Amino acid sequence: MATPAVTPWWRNRRLIPWLVQGVAGLLVLVVVAFLVSNLVRNLTNAGLLLSLSWLRNPAGFDVSETLLPYNAELPYWRALLAGLVNTLRVVLAGLIGATVLGTLIGVAAFSSNGLLRRLARVYVELIRNIPLLLQLVFWYFVVFLDLPGGEQAIQLPGVVLAKSGLYLGKPELINDVWQGQMRLTVEFGALLTGLVVYTAAFIAEVVRGGVASVPPGQWEASRSLGLTPLQTLQRIVLPQALRVIVPGLNSQYISLAKNSSLAVACGYTDLYSVAETTLNQTGRAVEVVLILLGSYLVIDLLISALMNGVNSWVQIKER
Amino acid sequence: MNSPSLSFARLRRELFATPLDGVITLALVGFLLAVGTAFLRWMLFQAEWAVIQANTTLFAVGRYPIEEQWRLWLLTVLLAAATGLSWGLLRGKGSWPRNDQLTAAILIALAVFGSWGLKLELPIQLRWWGITALLLVVRWAAGRWSQALPAPLLRLVPLVWPVLYLVGMVLISGGLGLMRVPPGEWGGLLLTLLEASFAILLCFPLGVLLALGRRSELPLLRWGSVLYIEFIRGAPLITLLFLGQNILGFLLPGGLAPDRVWRAAWVLTFFAAAYVAEAVRSGLVALPPGQLEAARSLGLPMHQALIHVVLPQAMRVALPATVGQFITLLQDTTLLSLIGLLDLLGSARTVMANPEFLGKNAEVYLVLAVLFWCCCAALGLGSRALETRLNPLATSKA
Repeated sequence: MATPAVTPWWRNRRLIPWLVQGVAGLLVLVVVAFLVSNLVRNLTNAGLLLSLSWLRNPAGFDVSETLLPYNAELPYWRALLAGLVNTLRVVLAGLIGATVLGTLIGVAAFSSNGLLRRLARVYVELIRNIPLLLQLVFWYFVVFLDLPGGEQAIQLPGVVLAKSGLYLGKPELINDVWQGQMRLTVEFGALLTGLVVYTAAFIAEVVRGGVASVPPGQWEASRSLGLTPLQTLQRIVLPQALRVIVPGLNSQYISLAKNSSLAVACGYTDLYSVAETTLNQTGRAVEVVLILLGSYLVIDLLISALMNGVNSWVQIKER
Repeated sequence: MNSPSLSFARLRRELFATPLDGVITLALVGFLLAVGTAFLRWMLFQAEWAVIQANTTLFAVGRYPIEEQWRLWLLTVLLAAATGLSWGLLRGKGSWPRNDQLTAAILIALAVFGSWGLKLELPIQLRWWGITALLLVVRWAAGRWSQALPAPLLRLVPLVWPVLYLVGMVLISGGLGLMRVPPGEWGGLLLTLLEASFAILLCFPLGVLLALGRRSELPLLRWGSVLYIEFIRGAPLITLLFLGQNILGFLLPGGLAPDRVWRAAWVLTFFAAAYVAEAVRSGLVALPPGQLEAARSLGLPMHQALIHVVLPQAMRVALPATVGQFITLLQDTTLLSLIGLLDLLGSARTVMANPEFLGKNAEVYLVLAVLFWCCCAALGLGSRALETRLNPLATSKA
């Protein structure tokens, strides 16, 4: 049958790629099977075969500043849930804070004031080149733990910042201890400040890039129509810049959510911190890691979905 | 020459163009003055720098055995010589452009004032002066006589670096007749630089392969790469380090799992590879598809087309983002302190746990911040310099 004109199979342009893929896929499968078999054998030997029933055992450790009611007798899953809620709380607050600060700094790069422009630049270059973890421990150990307490606490209208925490509303000084309805711990304060300051530098760059993408003719046209600089920014430039800014914000928001896992460095009990304690108590490494990875994946997806919604809204509005 | 009135006009335009600008300027100047004087007062009168001065060795190398530290000195000498050689040959013609003069001045200032400020012992001060002098002398000699060397020899010079890396690994970890120093005893800046350089070197080829895989037409390859990249990018680094420390032991047969330090290094590598892959992909996307098609229709096999045509052009675009990832990686090494390794930040924490230095957080963190800032800023500057060098429009006349 075979004639000399037919390409031999080893030079077949269609077959070879599939063959290579098949071999590579098989190799990967073999490696995965090897790892999983080791995992199963080692876990069986250690008496830690995968199960989720331990999640119902009492946790026995405390999770500070929870929004949900929690005490040490509640099961592990409640502890992990409390940690997750704490993570969500700091992420949400961080997103808002970082967006506001980042936008201000990003827009400051276009100020007519030379000093303000340069300071915005200095801020970004300073913050981006120092590791976040270092900044977090700085905020916690150097700034927040060194705050004055009692009479000397920093008092602003409606806010008191003391060694024992940040009080909102109308706190009162009772026996040299501040009391108020709404108290945020210094751990939360340090983490939030660190995340906001750090992420704002990146958001500022995103905003700057977005505003710079609007052709200068748009500014000039708007100004010559008699709009003030603020109106120009608000009505003409930002709606166009947002088209570029929103996708960039998405990845910065996801970074912020992931970076919130460094909370353990400033003593805030977020999801990762609870998970670490859980692992130390139960030895359930695989389940704990799966829960961790799954939770952060869901948070990332939620942010992405939200930002995709915002993105389509921005795009439609533009037309 | 600018006349004073001209610069005054410029100052006025920049800072006091409108009343609002004037108010902003005054407020900012007041703020900067207040912060600056408070900081200076703290630095000069309140801060106690003994915590740094007494622990320089711990910050530099952690608990590396004292009697074996000559190996690290030797490595530093070799590094200085190799840096001087490459620097001199890159410039050539024995010239000292302004940037080089500035760099040399900074190096000399660092050697003199750095060792004075840290109150190093005299023998150690002398060593640093010697190493700095060696670097500058080699740089001068290499620049002076680079023309005299035969071209094939010059082409071999970049090979100095991989060889030096291997020599360095042997010097640090021992073996080949040297006493073994287990990774658990490495620490401080040594561990930070080791982990960062290891991960940077390995994550780059891995990232390029992943980026090519993601752009491949073979579905298995493409989806495999996508899955890997998105999985890694979806997880915080600390959870992956946690995974490496706690699960790797279960995944491998007993005794095969590497030491904790190496586990962390591999996790950093695999983590950074996913981000580098995305950076490289941005370069690949920017390249017109005609480039690959033209190369293929000239008869180049796929791998040659990629290596000689596609990647060099794509990397030019991807370079800033890739170096950005390297900078992030260097910063991410601080997370090792959270899993109990004694990197720069981890060593700092052990110092501050010492009752003698309790509460000296500000001094220590400030020094670490300055150190990291300088390293990262230098990497960023280097990347920008390389970018202009690689830009064909800027170098066409050279």
